[in-house]
Amino acid sequence: MIDVKHLTKSFGDHLVLDDISEHIYPGEKVVIIGPSGSGKSTFLRCLNLLETPTAGTISFEGTNITDPKTDIDKIRQHMGMVFQHFNLFPNMTIRKNITLAPVRTKLMSQAEADDLATALLKRVGLDEKADSYPAQLSGGQKQRIAIVRALAMKPKVMLFDEPTSALDPEMVGEVLEVMKQLADEGMTMVVVTHEMGFAREVGSRVLFMDGGHILEQNEPHAFFANPKEPRTIEFLSKVL
Amino acid sequence: MFEWLNNLGPRLDAAFLEGDRWQLYLQGLLTTIELTVVSLIVGVALGVLVAVIRTAHDQQRPGRRKSIPLGILNIICKIYTTVIRGTPMLVQILIWGFVVFASSRNKFMVGVVALGINSGAYVAEIVRGGLMSVDVGQTEAGRSLGLGYLDTMRFIVIPQAFKNILPSLGNEFITLFKDTSLVNTIGLTELTYRAARIAGNTFDYMPPYIGIAIMYLVVVILLTWLQGKLERRLRQSDRR
Repeated sequence: MIDVKHLTKSFGDHLVLDDISEHIYPGEKVVIIGPSGSGKSTFLRCLNLLETPTAGTISFEGTNITDPKTDIDKIRQHMGMVFQHFNLFPNMTIRKNITLAPVRTKLMSQAEADDLATALLKRVGLDEKADSYPAQLSGGQKQRIAIVRALAMKPKVMLFDEPTSALDPEMVGEVLEVMKQLADEGMTMVVVTHEMGFAREVGSRVLFMDGGHILEQNEPHAFFANPKEPRTIEFLSKVL
Repeated sequence: MFEWLNNLGPRLDAAFLEGDRWQLYLQGLLTTIELTVVSLIVGVALGVLVAVIRTAHDQQRPGRRKSIPLGILNIICKIYTTVIRGTPMLVQILIWGFVVFASSRNKFMVGVVALGINSGAYVAEIVRGGLMSVDVGQTEAGRSLGLGYLDTMRFIVIPQAFKNILPSLGNEFITLFKDTSLVNTIGLTELTYRAARIAGNTFDYMPPYIGIAIMYLVVVILLTWLQGKLERRLRQSDRR
């Protein structure tokens, strides 16, 4: 579904991603873990071109999205993204936050989008917040709304960039619960996270990144039970 | 001293009441306010346009071929702000009035052009600062949903920037209001022009000039008060 070939990214002299090749298959739940500065967020942000790769190609369903001629807006309409800091639009109500993109990209009419927003909000238990503003919500509520906002575009894949890292500990659960539901429904997901429990329970594959490389990957049970690389063992011993 | 006070009555009478001269001041003040409002509208339209072009040029994705039309527009905008901000306003007004529109009899139009174009250069910098003050995460969220650059600007960034720049825009309005007095040099019948005419006719300069100084001051105090009120209301909506 997403094919990454020889992806390299540097910021100035600083090499963040060093020749990464990887494939993400439909229905997979890929969880990326690793120490901070390992390049995992940059890797994720390259997938929908929020970061422009320095070298290498990325294809989405056969379309080379790193080609300057590709209309990246069209591609992004099929790739949802959830950010660490939610990035809800503070100048709009929750309903408007959710319906803006589907309506403006002519995916659906305002009425259809409103119905979809109501249905999605009901699913995450926040339907009574439709007319509130983001500033009135808690962090966990904001992040659930952010997930709903991405889902309203009916994406084929969802990218999560440390979705629970900015949350109070007691709100992490409600967000992970929504993500778990989403995984159960068969959504293709790529998740950068520090939540090892989530990686083990929901992930279908775990990637461990360090120093701009994917050092090790495996299905979660084997990954956590028998890490092979010394760096992975060291990292897991510190976080588990 | 006593004689001076004794003469004050007749002097004020000559400057303001005789032949219903107060009506001339009133007309002048109305022209001044009208000129300020129309010029600011021109200035804001121009300023937003220049700011969006300059920000769009600066925010082009790195590593890609720069858009050539955007580059040309950017250079034009840069020349515009440099020339306008680098020359005295009075000189600009004289050039518009006696060189460019030397034969025009519509002085109000000439005044609007001179003041609007001048104000636009300053508003452009204000707006540019406002656009850059909006968290980059907002743009990323908009773009990740598949919205184009212009839609993201229009619905997400500009409305938020607008709130940040309202105070500075208020200051610009007050500055512009006072600067309108300069267009009396091209014969536009605003407040200062009226006062100069009356002073010339009565051979008494003190009452008309002190009089209009008080009129300008009262309007500025009024505007400052309104500005403060508006700012307090905007801050309230932050704490929703």
